Amino acid sequence: MEKEKNSDQKSRRNFVERGLKFGLLTAASGALLAKVFGKSGNTESAETVELMSTDGTLMQVPASAVSHAHESKSAYNPREGFSNRKFVMVVDLAKCRNARKCQSSCNKNHYITGENAWIKIYKMQESEKSAPYWQPTLCQHCDEPACVKVCPVDATFKRRDGIVLIDNNRCIGCRFCMAACPYSVRVFNWSDSWQGDAVEQAAYTPDYAGVPSQKGTVDKCDFCPHMIDKGELPHCVSACPNDVFSFGDMYEDTVTNGSGQSFKLSKLLKDRAGYRLMENLGTQPSVYYLPPSDRVVDFEEGMKNYTEFQSVDKPQEP
Amino acid sequence: MNTAYEKMINDLAPKKFGWKGNAWVAFLVVVILAGMYSYVQQLKSGLVITGMRDYALWGIYISNFVFFVAVSLVGSLITAILRLSGVHWSTPLTRIAEIIAVAAIIMAGITIIIDMGRPDRLLNLFLHGRLQSPILWDVIVITTYLVISLLLLYYPLLPDFSILKRHADHQGWLSKWYDRLSLNWSGNEKQVRIHAISLQALSIMIIPVAFAIHTVTAWLFETTYRPGWDSTNFGPYFIAGAFVAGSGAVVVVMFVLRKLYSLEDYITDDHFDKMGKVLVLLCLLYLYFNINEYLIPTYKSTKEEAMHLQSLFKGEYAVLFWTVIIGGLILPVIILLFRKGRKPLPLFLVALAVVLGAWWKRYLIVIPTLSHPFLPIEGVPQSWHHYAPTLMEWSITAATLASALLIITLLVRFLPIVPIYETAEERGLTETSQPTCS
Repeated sequence: MEKEKNSDQKSRRNFVERGLKFGLLTAASGALLAKVFGKSGNTESAETVELMSTDGTLMQVPASAVSHAHESKSAYNPREGFSNRKFVMVVDLAKCRNARKCQSSCNKNHYITGENAWIKIYKMQESEKSAPYWQPTLCQHCDEPACVKVCPVDATFKRRDGIVLIDNNRCIGCRFCMAACPYSVRVFNWSDSWQGDAVEQAAYTPDYAGVPSQKGTVDKCDFCPHMIDKGELPHCVSACPNDVFSFGDMYEDTVTNGSGQSFKLSKLLKDRAGYRLMENLGTQPSVYYLPPSDRVVDFEEGMKNYTEFQSVDKPQEP
Repeated sequence: MNTAYEKMINDLAPKKFGWKGNAWVAFLVVVILAGMYSYVQQLKSGLVITGMRDYALWGIYISNFVFFVAVSLVGSLITAILRLSGVHWSTPLTRIAEIIAVAAIIMAGITIIIDMGRPDRLLNLFLHGRLQSPILWDVIVITTYLVISLLLLYYPLLPDFSILKRHADHQGWLSKWYDRLSLNWSGNEKQVRIHAISLQALSIMIIPVAFAIHTVTAWLFETTYRPGWDSTNFGPYFIAGAFVAGSGAVVVVMFVLRKLYSLEDYITDDHFDKMGKVLVLLCLLYLYFNINEYLIPTYKSTKEEAMHLQSLFKGEYAVLFWTVIIGGLILPVIILLFRKGRKPLPLFLVALAVVLGAWWKRYLIVIPTLSHPFLPIEGVPQSWHHYAPTLMEWSITAATLASALLIITLLVRFLPIVPIYETAEERGLTETSQPTCS
């Protein structure tokens, strides 16, 4: 247990470190160019830092050439998102054995009290003769989101960093977005349910969906901007015991899984023949799936955890 | 004194309700109060009191909304399309059609608010409205249609009010209201000219707006990817169906009013015969669009469409589907093709079946599609797999229908059901003598 927690923390730290490094890279390369062409003389110091370039090679750069690109916190706007980021997720279906830890962690951390979890693990089978597999499904954070298109009040919106969010303070509860979403990932707060004292009193921000949830409005997976902001991975990614999920930034071409391993996104998708759900609809999801070939365990093993329906845990109203 | 003229006014002037009328109003009020009680519960607890859930995310509120919008289209058909095409027989029916249109479009607007999870945020539609959303288009065209429909009801009433104010002196306050509402109509040449031009202009304007409201309502579904809604046929299909529903409603109302107010001289058997012909033509048109809507996807049978169509043709909705298609569309066509079928009573019964069928047809358009999403329905309680409206939901829906009937009833109480002025003109009756004592 202790060990698990430790490695968990480590992986988070790795993620933070990497994120920071990548963030610096742009500034660094600019500064380097200035150095090279500017001929500013012999200000070189002995100290160097290690940076990873976009093609994955590590290089040593003089520390003096690197300056921190500050993301000014005050400029951050939940509707605009993080600047110069484009978040993506990769779901490796070969590794999923329906442990449902992603779901329970998501439910717990978003204080979901309705009957419907935001992440669902579907039993899928392409055709009768092909093997069944488990498909964890969350909001696909489409680049051409059908839900955003139809929202009459701009309550659901697409940010520059690729995340689709809902402003529950503005949603009028018409549920058109739910009808429009082909992935059935949106849920509705049909009633007002108790989420515990702390959550009920929390200040609402679209950045942290469901905290607190609002009766008569729509909710869904938010890609955890509140975790990204802390430099951590979304709850489902770090909770998965099988490293099914990897999360990262498309501009950095890197995704990181729950154990802290990083992959080059473009290579991963190419090598493993990644695909997106219902590509034909033109929704351009930000979630990629790796086909369930060479699976670590067979489908039957996941059936142990399968329940037709399991209610999400609800805190008791005082 | 011109007795024929006098008799006509006496026949057509609004009359106080007898016990039947009062009992009817009381009944409607009870239904509405019951619905209001349920709605208060809905405001308190949320939409959880309905049978809707994450998959069946729309239910009878939405199908009822589509029904109201559909029925309201008849105002444009009878008053505008028939007027512009130079048909004169429909004159006595224009008032009824316009009253139905106004009642239906008002209730359409209210019904859509009932469906909202956060009705308290209605103003967001104006504060944060986004023109990309078909809902905004609906808000715009429905309000426009309501305004034009009200004007189209009101303008032809101006001369009628002026006539009524003189013939209702015994009811002081009513006469005063008629006077105010008549806007000093004196029937001089200039007024008559402006009146005619205005009516012509409104009649022309309302046609594209009427087409727009129901086309946009169709688009609310058509703009999604869902099998059963993802159809380019939906616009004309909805409009044809709307004219069927509205004409059916007009026949029902004109039959009841003719009987209660003994209007046989004004709404004749010939009117029923002609409305029967209109209805059969519209039903055939609607049948044509239905064939397009169901036959072609059946022919192709893509997996998703096939699953949806199976549930309609022989699955859980089969009984309802075939009852609606046969009882509300095919049988009416067969019956109305015969002259005997277009006599008032059989036509009334057929029209009743058509209106009922039209309501359930909207149910079949809205609900089954939602039970067949692209990804399987898993991980939700068993009860979420299927939609069944709750008692509360029914009582709220019943209240909206009762409200529409109440609006019609109250307008019938205070407005002449058959336009007096236009009927007089068509019959060549005028008020020859000044109102001196005979």
